[in-house]
Amino acid sequence: MKRSPAARLAWTVVALVFWLLPVVARAAPAEDEGKLVHVADTRHLTGFNLFVANLYNTDRLLFTLLAVGLTAALGLALGLLMDGVVAAIGLNLERHETRE
Amino acid sequence: MLDFFTVTLPISGVPVNVLLLVLLGVAVGVLGGFFGMGGAWMVTPALNIFGFPMPFAVGTDLCHMAGKSIISTRRHAKFGNVDARLGLTMLAFDVVGIEIGARLVMFLERRGLAGPVIRWVYVVFLFLIGALVFYDYFKKRALDRRGGVVADGQSAVRWHLTLHRINLPPIVHFRVAQVRCSMWLPAAVGLAVGVLAGFLGIGGGLLMMPALVYLIGCPTYVAVGTDLFTVMLSGFYGAFTYGLKGRLELLAVLFMLLGAAPGAQIGTIATKYIRGYGIRLMFGVTVVCAMISVVLKQLQMGTLASWFVMTGVSAMTLIVVIGMVRGAARELRTRYEPVI
Repeated sequence: MKRSPAARLAWTVVALVFWLLPVVARAAPAEDEGKLVHVADTRHLTGFNLFVANLYNTDRLLFTLLAVGLTAALGLALGLLMDGVVAAIGLNLERHETRE
Repeated sequence: MLDFFTVTLPISGVPVNVLLLVLLGVAVGVLGGFFGMGGAWMVTPALNIFGFPMPFAVGTDLCHMAGKSIISTRRHAKFGNVDARLGLTMLAFDVVGIEIGARLVMFLERRGLAGPVIRWVYVVFLFLIGALVFYDYFKKRALDRRGGVVADGQSAVRWHLTLHRINLPPIVHFRVAQVRCSMWLPAAVGLAVGVLAGFLGIGGGLLMMPALVYLIGCPTYVAVGTDLFTVMLSGFYGAFTYGLKGRLELLAVLFMLLGAAPGAQIGTIATKYIRGYGIRLMFGVTVVCAMISVVLKQLQMGTLASWFVMTGVSAMTLIVVIGMVRGAARELRTRYEPVI
């Protein structure tokens, strides 16, 4: 049964909405949440650590976006790097036969 | 000398040896890529041993899990092991289930029953999953001895065939998983896994992998790849929500990712050389390790439980690494054998 690209797109959007609705609902803090505030001690920090700690203390949303973005970027970059290393060793990284 | 590697993390203020973080990343990367799970049950107690307060341990783990799963999912996708449609269908209902599970926990918490009930339900489910995996493995071996054949992509335990008879429309074909069934089957399984994951407070990979094999009927490799795909998405959500709540140690995530990158490659490539039933058997052993650690926690032996997890994780990692190295050596020998 072949689906048209529009149907595929609609199907994906529906799936993502299903996924995102509870995500948004959960991301909104409840009334009692956030009372236990943690503040990073920046007195002895320098460089990148100081930047991260300052961002954490001043703008939590930006800190979160940086954390998620940096994690994704580093994961992708390291994945590509390791692909190169494994390919240089000479292993076949294409689709392979499966055996149960 | 090792003090040289000790740094004080900028947000939680915890002094930690970065070599330990990298090594933990390697181990979880290997096992995550091999079994197709996030590995929260391994990382959270380990970070706790290293001195992380529990909420920071959970948030840091979820964020690192997302980054690590990108690496494994990419590799599995290239191997043709990821069914994104199946993963998205299950994930859509999985999150709804997580909400239901979380509300169940709140209900129990108001009655002061949450802790012990959750732990014992966890133990029961881990026992059932472990028992099912071992039953399937030994049934397959008995069939092999009697000359019976279990086709590739099939299990000796065939509950999925009964479930595929449900003809509730729409009937969908998941091409990569080679499964044709009612869309409501993966939806219901995703919902059930979500309820359990939300109730037990775990990522769900430990439950999703056997559910994909025994209830949906995926080949082991596709189950591993598809599971990792869902773990990646839920990991990013977890990282986002814990980041907003301020319980995420970014520097630790980055160090763990440095170890997880080669680890995830090793674990994923190892699936090339180890048969599907070998993966299932090792998964069963891992589930039993997780179960024993929960029982020890329930018996107020938290430190012993954490050390037990660390020892089990190290042993399993070593086995997977050896399997990968032997398989890779065999492949390279075959390819470069001189033609006489």
